[in-house]
Amino acid sequence: MSEAVVVERHGVFAEARGGRPRPVLSRRNIMIYGTLAVLAIYYLLPIYVMVVTSLKGMPEVRLGNIFAPPLEITFEPWVKAWSSVCTGLNCEGLSRGFLNSIKITVPSVIFSIAVASVNGYALAMWRFKGANIFFTILIIGAFIPYQVMIYPMVILLREIGLYGDLAGLVLVHTIFGMPILTLLFRNYFSSVPEELFKAARVDGAGFWRIYFKIMVPMALPIFVVAVILQSTAIWNDFLFGVIFTRPESYPMTVQLNNIVNSVTGVKEYNVNMAATLLSGVVPLAIYFFSGKLFVRGIAAGAVKG
Amino acid sequence: MQPSVSIKDLKLDFGNVPVLRNLNLDIGKGEFLVLLGSSGCGKSTLLNCIAGLLEPTDGSIYINGQNVTWAEPSQRGIGMVFQSYALYPQMTVEGNLSFGLANARVPKDEIKRRISHAAEILQIEPLLKRKPSALSGGQRQRVAIGRALVRDVDVFLFDEPLSNLDAKLRADLRVEIKRLHQSLQNTMIYVTHDQVEAMTLADRIAIMKGGVVMQLSSPDEIYNRPVNKYVADFIGSPSMNFIKGSLRHDGEARVKLGQLDFSLNDYSFTRSDFEGEVWFGIRPEHVLFADAASNAPVSFEVKAELVEPMGGLTLIWSSLEGTPFRLLVDGQAKVRVGDTIIAGFDPARASIFDMQEELRI
Repeated sequence: MSEAVVVERHGVFAEARGGRPRPVLSRRNIMIYGTLAVLAIYYLLPIYVMVVTSLKGMPEVRLGNIFAPPLEITFEPWVKAWSSVCTGLNCEGLSRGFLNSIKITVPSVIFSIAVASVNGYALAMWRFKGANIFFTILIIGAFIPYQVMIYPMVILLREIGLYGDLAGLVLVHTIFGMPILTLLFRNYFSSVPEELFKAARVDGAGFWRIYFKIMVPMALPIFVVAVILQSTAIWNDFLFGVIFTRPESYPMTVQLNNIVNSVTGVKEYNVNMAATLLSGVVPLAIYFFSGKLFVRGIAAGAVKG
Repeated sequence: MQPSVSIKDLKLDFGNVPVLRNLNLDIGKGEFLVLLGSSGCGKSTLLNCIAGLLEPTDGSIYINGQNVTWAEPSQRGIGMVFQSYALYPQMTVEGNLSFGLANARVPKDEIKRRISHAAEILQIEPLLKRKPSALSGGQRQRVAIGRALVRDVDVFLFDEPLSNLDAKLRADLRVEIKRLHQSLQNTMIYVTHDQVEAMTLADRIAIMKGGVVMQLSSPDEIYNRPVNKYVADFIGSPSMNFIKGSLRHDGEARVKLGQLDFSLNDYSFTRSDFEGEVWFGIRPEHVLFADAASNAPVSFEVKAELVEPMGGLTLIWSSLEGTPFRLLVDGQAKVRVGDTIIAGFDPARASIFDMQEELRI
């Protein structure tokens, strides 16, 4: 074997050809993947504990080995959490809260996105007089803490007779979703080339025709983003749910709180954890199934195109 | 004859910035008018005003004798082609072509007839079922022209339609637009900053600067008799040589450029009584070279400082009386840097402007 001809100067190799070889176990790789692994474990560990505990029976939970996998897998806590755990006086489990949450989330998501997308479109494309003032007011609205507006909101709903009604809560969600969603849609529509809008006007299309025929089909990715943001936010909402509804129409989050925080009897950690996981299933599923679309939509909003 | 498009005292301000100032323009039926100018001169703004996409601050616009100043774009009888094509991305080519007609509630079979007619003219029949994203730049622009075509309008507006295409496609589509105009005989208003497009396409060119039309004439007139130094400088590539000199009348009009002193007998004056400091302008392609220069009314020696061969022609940079002086010579001429060459010109082909207002003399 002849000695390798290596010119030791600024990475110049006599035999270099094609892509530069990169060792798998370089210091760089170990650092990057090590850090990622540690962070992943840090985030996944609580979920692991939740899942594991929810599959244990109470005697096993009492042993206190929260990281140990279940010796005997049981779905009893899940069934109980869903259908028979008691919150206050009724013992129907989370299933009722689940239905309530659906009844709240679906219309709220639809209305808030419908309103906000039209808002964003009008602000970005039609540049009417005072559009900037409207937009500024809306954005300021996004920065005011919700707590400030709760009391006047309650009075307002009482006056129009919607307090305690699901319709009232839907209205509240629609209003509070508007600033951020309008911003989202306005920014997206601002990135649509103005000439497209002009062409449509020359073609004789009006406000709604341009919106439905040209803008909405183009904005599908951003609609997906909005649906994900809104449905998770509304599903996870606790504050408005507890304030603007009555106990029989409490959303799942409020019910979950009542289950976990009930002070009577034995603390059934396994049932609590199962209940928590159950109430997180919907947002989790939404992310899971629309992750790709979500990323694409976020990217579409960020760059021109 | 009634003009096809008529612009009367048009004024437009963006806030406090005047973009168009008291513009008056008459465009005849079937005329191809090019609005030419560098960016920010107001040419696109004017086109948008004609289209009804921008509201003028003052003044009015007539199309076919009707005051359309307050009319919607779709009510004006115009079709518009944009630089970025502006095709509706989610619709097929057919959808793009039919959108305007469907908005106007044109019957289905009529839409079909017009689309197939336009597709035939523009040779886009095989593309009708495709989405714009599956088309090349040239095909997209053809569809965009088709969108104006199907609407059966009197006036076509083009907003820099070829600027996004590469050089070869641009030349091809330019010819096609010219051919289209010849066969349709519609009024066309075409905005561009490309003087080649302007010279080749236009019946008349309106050169704009700072919201004002500086000269409105035929391409030939603009090239040979520019009204001021800006227009003379703007039109022509490489641009005109300007040499400081003075003009006097003793028996005959004579110009003095440093050492050179020659008669202007064959020059056609706009203002024959002017005397004093002038800009003497002569186009590089009108500068004669070698043997032809020796026989020219004015000839002199200059030194080649830089040589730019362009194939068919070669541009030689030199200087005359302290100012850069360019000559365009045949590509076969063998000239090297440092050579002393004989150059000359015929003063009849020159353009002379006064120093103060830089207007043609």
